Amino acid sequence: MNARLIISLVSGTVFGAGLALGGMTDPARVRGFLDLLGDWDPTLAFVMGGAVLVMVLVWQFQPRMVRPLFAESFAVPTRKDLTPSLIGGSALFGIGWGIAGLCPGPGIAALVIEPAGAAIFVAAMLAGMGLVRLTERNS
Amino acid sequence: MTLPGFPDAAPLAGLAGGVLIGLAAAIMLLGMGRIAGVSGIAARAAGLGGSGMERSAAWAFVIGLPLGALVIMAATGGIEASFASPLVLAIAGLVVGVGTRLGSGCTSGHGVCGMSRFSGRSIVATLTFMATGFATVAAMNALGLTVLQ
Repeated sequence: MNARLIISLVSGTVFGAGLALGGMTDPARVRGFLDLLGDWDPTLAFVMGGAVLVMVLVWQFQPRMVRPLFAESFAVPTRKDLTPSLIGGSALFGIGWGIAGLCPGPGIAALVIEPAGAAIFVAAMLAGMGLVRLTERNS
Repeated sequence: MTLPGFPDAAPLAGLAGGVLIGLAAAIMLLGMGRIAGVSGIAARAAGLGGSGMERSAAWAFVIGLPLGALVIMAATGGIEASFASPLVLAIAGLVVGVGTRLGSGCTSGHGVCGMSRFSGRSIVATLTFMATGFATVAAMNALGLTVLQ
């Protein structure tokens, strides 16, 4: 295996460990956080806060690197336009997140926690992604 | 440790999990020069769009996610999870798949990587999906819809 595969695998593994440890792979925990008007569970605010805190520091350091350790250059999004697609898509995503208490990362990580349920969620998610791909191709 | 007023919250585990997610995103950025956005990387792995990341690397990241969960399961002796019924999971998955592609990201790409570099698009996206997430759960509770088994 080359270094790029190893670094991606390590990133994914640490990511999945963080999701599981933080409670993101438990839909009850996630929906408890989203239940702002009811019996609110603030745990996910700590997950989000911890992750953002680390990355705020990393983004301060990143410009000092000429290039990433295992790639030619940085591929960081540069778009600034607020489009209907961005807002409508995000609104839809939030609805789906609220319905079952799962977002993409935890859905995939939960394949080893609740295999049948997570597999259905991930398969449907990929179908949804495929649907968008089809309409983009036809437009 | 518990939070006063929130006996069910797990703030320390949450914070530790969050720091791990941040470190994972840092490894992806400083190692590969890329945003650790799960919806984009998963779409790339499945050949359904996404960034210019090599597909093999996208697969390696995706395979890592459940591996990491396994490590925590082994270390803690099991992870609690209550899931919705197959039908509800299918509907939610479809909506999440469509939404994250149209919206160019999810909780990881927009919420963690984008918010932390103060990207306007990511801040708007995150506020939007948080708002509709809150509204969805509130509406379902008001209608008496319980989905988790």
